[in-house]
Amino acid sequence: MIGEDDVRYVAKLARLRLEQDEVARMTGELAKILAHIDKMSELDMAGVPPTAHVLDVVNVTRPDKPQPSLSRSDALRNAPAVDDACFRVPRMS
Amino acid sequence: MTSLDPLRLTARVAKRLLVDGEISAAELAKVYLDQIAAVEPRVRAYIRVTYDNAAKYSTKVDREMQALRGPLAGLPIAIKDNMVTEGVITTCASRILRDYMPVYTATAVRQVWDDHVVMLGKTNLDEFAMGSSTENSAFQTTRNPWDLATVPGGSSGGSAAAVAAGEALWALGSDTGGSIRQPAALCGIVGMKPTYGAVSRYGLIAFASSLDQIGPLTRSVYDCALLLQHIVGHDHNDATSVALPEPVALPDAERLDGLRVGIPAEYLAAGIEPGVRARFDETLARVEELGGRCVEIGLPHTEYALPAYYIIAPAEASANLARFDGVRYGYRCADPVDLLDMYERTRGEGFGPEVKRRIMIGTYALSAGYYDAYYGRAQKVRTLVRRDFSRAFADVDLIASPTTPSVAFKAGSRTADPLSMYMCDICTIPVNLAGLPAISIPCGLSDGLPVGFQLIGPAFSENRILQAAHALEGAIGFAPAPTFRDSGAEADVAGAAAGVPLEVHE
Repeated sequence: MIGEDDVRYVAKLARLRLEQDEVARMTGELAKILAHIDKMSELDMAGVPPTAHVLDVVNVTRPDKPQPSLSRSDALRNAPAVDDACFRVPRMS
Repeated sequence: MTSLDPLRLTARVAKRLLVDGEISAAELAKVYLDQIAAVEPRVRAYIRVTYDNAAKYSTKVDREMQALRGPLAGLPIAIKDNMVTEGVITTCASRILRDYMPVYTATAVRQVWDDHVVMLGKTNLDEFAMGSSTENSAFQTTRNPWDLATVPGGSSGGSAAAVAAGEALWALGSDTGGSIRQPAALCGIVGMKPTYGAVSRYGLIAFASSLDQIGPLTRSVYDCALLLQHIVGHDHNDATSVALPEPVALPDAERLDGLRVGIPAEYLAAGIEPGVRARFDETLARVEELGGRCVEIGLPHTEYALPAYYIIAPAEASANLARFDGVRYGYRCADPVDLLDMYERTRGEGFGPEVKRRIMIGTYALSAGYYDAYYGRAQKVRTLVRRDFSRAFADVDLIASPTTPSVAFKAGSRTADPLSMYMCDICTIPVNLAGLPAISIPCGLSDGLPVGFQLIGPAFSENRILQAAHALEGAIGFAPAPTFRDSGAEADVAGAAAGVPLEVHE
């Protein structure tokens, strides 16, 4: 059964800040959703291969030739903060 | 200029009027812009109406009509706001992308632009296409033009409502678990999810990459085929893109002679409303009248499809949405103390509740110790669901079901319970897990609200589906148009008359 500590741990993995009221609400909702999902454990799936892709498509390749791509200025256009030709971010702690 | 009813005009007719010179592209665009002015304050289908774009390109089509006589030139379209459009802000209905200005255009959109289709605007959706009612938009709640107190479905609810309300001739949407077919059903129009890979996903802001597929929302099956013709095709920018083995044909079938249609008992077992069931059974009678044969089939793993989907889709979403971190584009929180604080607060403030829920489920399912129990198991269920369909298609040509268990529900009635919202997609989700094509067409009304009829086919059977849907559409003869009534307002009036204090709704 998922508890508030699990929710806080998973939120940390997801880099998602949750307020305390969100943690409490999320814990109840996730418990309910996961209980529904646990229905899958009724099935005996010994020998069933997982689906990697729905169509019979394998190893799609193309010639390894350089092609035009986004310009640096286009790539930087939506950045919240820019330093010359770089994305600018706060310091690591 | 001919007087045109935007609630009834099809692309097929509009195209003929344009080619015959009975109407100009600018006049046609104005028909829709006028309708937007008249009903958009109540429907709220668009996040952004691109008035300048519509004026500029419709005029260009008129000026250069001879040179531009492409098959779609001048036909106005609405685009779901999770497809990037160069020079037009694309939000995904999320605070985190509120001001995002794309520097390139999605392949499917590029294809219709190259055909000189005139874009009217970008339509509302559930944030990042996660939802079944369009109530998860960060900006506005779209309403169903058949009853403004009800939802249009979702996540392509803006596209569906725009077409149903005559605010667009047709539209593009995307379908991850039913997000084209379910809103098409609830809004009384046609919606199709093509075979996985048939339409390029390049420039479709990713939700669940192994399930997402772009497709048309239209007022007729013929229009659906016409639009589909122009968005399919291999694209080297999408590694999962495939070319259809045969071109999409414009449907002309009026009979279903010899067609074997499978009816999955499992889809009818779970909570189908009586009114929906009645319209469905009447439509099966039409199938037989047209020379088809209905046979009961089994898809025994149906009840496991929803649990598997609610692992696979959130797992892929949690990975796809990791890119929204405040570094390269989108929202960044104010005054971060350090990098980690910026990541966490940007995402905590930028995403809405349903997106957070899915990121959490997905991250949990992929975290150490749980992978085999959840993601690994879900991918095996997916194999079983695919095998169910393969076995069924050994005996039948198509599979039929109601598109949704119920007609449009009241806004706000399911938002408090995520699981009840997830159940909306019980008949559509298995199709995405198996990568199959499917269409929803209107098959009548229940309590004054549209009911959708779903036809599912094997991979690459788009033409078979379109032909059958075309024949059925003719036999059903679905004619009513939305009335823009508001049963909520009616209820409020009744409440006021009875002396009950009114609640103030936003």
